[in-house]
Amino acid sequence: MALSTEPRPGAVVAPAPPTGRPLRHRLAERGVDRGLLLLLPAAVCTVGLFVYPFLYGVSISFQPLRGGGALTNYTDFLADAYQRDSILKTLRLAVPVAAVSVAAATPLAFQLRRDFRGRGAITLVLMLPITFGSVLVAQGMARVFSPYGWLNLLLSDLGLGTHQLIYNYWGTLIAAVLTSLPFSFLLLMGFFGGIERSLEDAAATLGAGRATRFWRIVLPLALPGIVSAFTLALVEAFAIFPSAILVGQPDNATHVLTLPIYQAASQRSDYPAAAAIAVVMTVLELAILGLLQFARSRLYRGAAAGGKG
Amino acid sequence: MSAADGATHTADLTVTTTPAPWVARTSQRPGRETFTALRMQQVSRWYGKSPALLDLDLELRRGEFVALLGPSGCGKSTALACLAGLQPLTTGTIWRDEERIDVLPPERRGFGMVFQNYALFPHLSVQRNVEFGLRMRKVGRPDRERRAREALALVQLTEHAAKLPSQLSGGQQQRVAIARALAVDPDVVLMDEPLSNLDAALRVEMRTEIKRLYQERDLSVLYVTHDQEEALSLATRLVVLRSGRLEQTGTPEEVYTHPASAYVASFMGYRNLFPAQLGRVSGDARRASVEVTALGTTLTGTWRSPGDPVPGTSVSVAVRPEDVVVGASPSGPSAPDALAAVAEVVEYHGRELAVRARTAAGLVLHLKTDRPVVAGTRLALSVPPERVLVYADSPTAGSPAADAPIAAEVSRGAEH
Repeated sequence: MALSTEPRPGAVVAPAPPTGRPLRHRLAERGVDRGLLLLLPAAVCTVGLFVYPFLYGVSISFQPLRGGGALTNYTDFLADAYQRDSILKTLRLAVPVAAVSVAAATPLAFQLRRDFRGRGAITLVLMLPITFGSVLVAQGMARVFSPYGWLNLLLSDLGLGTHQLIYNYWGTLIAAVLTSLPFSFLLLMGFFGGIERSLEDAAATLGAGRATRFWRIVLPLALPGIVSAFTLALVEAFAIFPSAILVGQPDNATHVLTLPIYQAASQRSDYPAAAAIAVVMTVLELAILGLLQFARSRLYRGAAAGGKG
Repeated sequence: MSAADGATHTADLTVTTTPAPWVARTSQRPGRETFTALRMQQVSRWYGKSPALLDLDLELRRGEFVALLGPSGCGKSTALACLAGLQPLTTGTIWRDEERIDVLPPERRGFGMVFQNYALFPHLSVQRNVEFGLRMRKVGRPDRERRAREALALVQLTEHAAKLPSQLSGGQQQRVAIARALAVDPDVVLMDEPLSNLDAALRVEMRTEIKRLYQERDLSVLYVTHDQEEALSLATRLVVLRSGRLEQTGTPEEVYTHPASAYVASFMGYRNLFPAQLGRVSGDARRASVEVTALGTTLTGTWRSPGDPVPGTSVSVAVRPEDVVVGASPSGPSAPDALAAVAEVVEYHGRELAVRARTAAGLVLHLKTDRPVVAGTRLALSVPPERVLVYADSPTAGSPAADAPIAAEVSRGAEH
């Protein structure tokens, strides 16, 4: 085939863009214009109030108070078995809290995804714990879950014996689930509500019963949302503090990562050590977030690829 | 192509098509549950204090293509949803022959349904979407894949089987939805405004597709639409709904030529719909020849309402633009009935012109003509008396309260 630089007659030649267009024009085409200045106040606040303190904290964590190498704070923390175990204790608490909260919120959100009489009232009741805060929840728990609280009285009346559900691992777990459940519920309700109703209708007319519609249509479509809700609940449970002290066993089973940070910063005034533990916690959280985000993206593509099989 | 245009052609076709199409097709594929008729009896559906359906009786015989026609809010989609089991009935029963089916959940009624927004499962491939119903029926994998392929071939989408719905165009998505509904070989296919999300050219193309599938596959279809052209061109029988009640049913030709009320006429291309005073009445009560006066313009028409015409009462007059005849030049000899009017707006529609004319007294008439009319010229107009349909103003059905919104609908139809 003969190559020719001459355009064939009748061929449409794309016009070359004119050269020497003003810079402002070219920037505007890429979405850069004066409107971006509106971002400035938020950017200043973010950098001044978040990025700078964060970087400052990271930098002081490498400057131990009592001298030694830059990593002294980290090696001290990781060498102390009691301190180091707080990582595991945090994970042992946060992962079940997130799982239980999402597992409990999923059926609730699914049932309440559509408008019906009384939906507002039910939603309000489910949302109330947000406004209470974990301290108030912990106060209430002391009454309900104590050995003479109504729950244990009920359990023993039913012949199930009394259970220590407060001032240990379970107390913190219950308190954390109670506070994170409303968030998971709210988030999931949005995801379930966003699933087109006609999809379920279509599945029904094609012969799918209620359970099949949920497992085959609704759940796969809501799964990315469920992972998001799990991620948020996990992050929230990671920073658990008041309920670990008030209804937990802060020196043992619920000695979570926030406690050594608090002890270092407020009781020993050793800010660099506190910062080092906080950095460990942050790195851990970022790793888990990354993992979940990866899982979420796999999931979405996975569902798409699964359809091609 | 205008709506009325297509309607005319269809009406002509219907005249030449004898016997009715479903009689000619006898091939009944094996494996399909057969039924003789699907019946909704006295079905009502109330939303709070307002009825969406009121004592509706509806029948779909095997092989029929019934179009449920009406404006939004007339209850046509509700009727379909009730039939499919997606909405509960307030009162009434639904029967498939001798089996009562309104007590069954939707998944056990065995209808195929096509939705306005396609309702394809976004996380499943086209192939898996089409297989879904077969999977629910526990059809084995080889059989399932073969039948899904057949259904996709039917809508000419075989090469798109592996794609996700979001990778297809709107028309292709709707074809997938149709294939999905047909793959399970349902005895009845329900379609809820399946074409209204498509652009005009695609809509006409898909309409032909649906008609072809109906004829090839020996389907029974209940089709909901607000588009008279769609209803006329597809259906073997039309059912016009008004405020949840049945207003008129009949073949497309019957409904088109003889609308039972001004309300039905407004759907059937009777673009000239105006209030008038009834004048002199002659002939017998049924199909009496009547004179009507609107804005000082007098026309001779035909009485179409069930009651007797009473001179002096207010009536509604319906005239199709195609039925208005443009006479010779006004200076020449004109018919005694001729109306003098001035062409105000002239639209070129290809083979004909659509003209809006106004009489000296101010009555606006829409008409179609193949004569070269220029805006501003004087016209002599006439309408054959049998094509000037005159309806009593008092509603023939429904309480006055239920009819309040309908008056608005009629006038909206007239503006169209």
